[in-house]
Amino acid sequence: MTQPFDNSPLTTAETDALRARQRERNKVMGLILGFLVILFFAISIVKIAAKPEHAPAEGTERMEHS
Amino acid sequence: MSTANPQALIMPADWRDFFALTKPGVMRLVIFTAVCGMLAAPGTIHPVLAFTAILCIAVGAGGAAALNQWWEADIDAVMKRTAQRPIPGGRMDRTSARDFGVALSGISVMTMGLAISWLAAGILAFSIFYYSYLYTVWLKPRTPQNIVIGGGAGAFPPLIGWIAVTGHITWMPVLLFLIIFMWTPPHFWALALFVQIDYSKAGIPMMPVVAGERSTRRQILAYAAILLPLSMTPWFIGGTGVVYGLSALLLSGMFLWLSIKVGLREGQPGDGMKPEKRLFAYSIFYLFILFAMLVVDRFATFYGLQA
Repeated sequence: MTQPFDNSPLTTAETDALRARQRERNKVMGLILGFLVILFFAISIVKIAAKPEHAPAEGTERMEHS
Repeated sequence: MSTANPQALIMPADWRDFFALTKPGVMRLVIFTAVCGMLAAPGTIHPVLAFTAILCIAVGAGGAAALNQWWEADIDAVMKRTAQRPIPGGRMDRTSARDFGVALSGISVMTMGLAISWLAAGILAFSIFYYSYLYTVWLKPRTPQNIVIGGGAGAFPPLIGWIAVTGHITWMPVLLFLIIFMWTPPHFWALALFVQIDYSKAGIPMMPVVAGERSTRRQILAYAAILLPLSMTPWFIGGTGVVYGLSALLLSGMFLWLSIKVGLREGQPGDGMKPEKRLFAYSIFYLFILFAMLVVDRFATFYGLQA
């Protein structure tokens, strides 16, 4: 599937395009990882504060079907 | 950019192509039905956990979609509708797509397990396996019933959403699963009738190609007929109130009426395929409104507006 690499040196324009794309990908990756850090922090806080599993939280009524 | 362009081979794939690999269009219905399953479920869930569960379902679906495109790159390449997807379009190599799909699937299942429950995570893992292996690899190229089986993959989100809230499986989430399962074949075959999808060229046995138009029309009608009582079953078993029950009757009745028009006619070349187009458009509206009414019914009961 992967084509053999062409080892001839890249032109300046090609290098710039390559770097630009790498930078973009890194930026998106950074945003996703940052988001995951925040999400996992939030999940941890919620889980630590939670009562035992599936017990209704304080002050909320449990909605049950008849 | 084509594969013939040497620059394309050394360029790392654009992040937008990775995003496209997750089939964002399909994800809209996945997220919507998952949210409905969650809102309709009895019980409460912390908003952060609810968001996490929806995110896991969506990311899991994205991972399965990426694995599907990794496997089907050759088939996609010969069909007009799919030839410009990232892999057949030459903008990404297959290995990247495979790794991306595996990573999304793994992350979504692990997060679901740690944050919500391992039952929900297990079903999510099974749904990914179901779509990317049972459906894509095994059954799709082998049987014209592939859409029936593929419908199962799309039917998981509300089930997982519901179980994320309640923590256990009951009849209600299974019924939601079955409703989408029975809805998919008439929905998709209506499309297959009027869009001359070039599946035959790719060697995929799609129902109108294999069994003929007439048989496909009859089967659309059969599924719509089953869908009517099935969609009302949540009301019959007392899982929902009259708001949902009557909505299901009206919506499914209309679905059946449009299916009768499609099912009992013979397509003529150049007749515009209007009934088929109408049925397809209605089928999307149908699913959105049916699930929305499930949520409306739930809130109506909660605020004492119905028994």
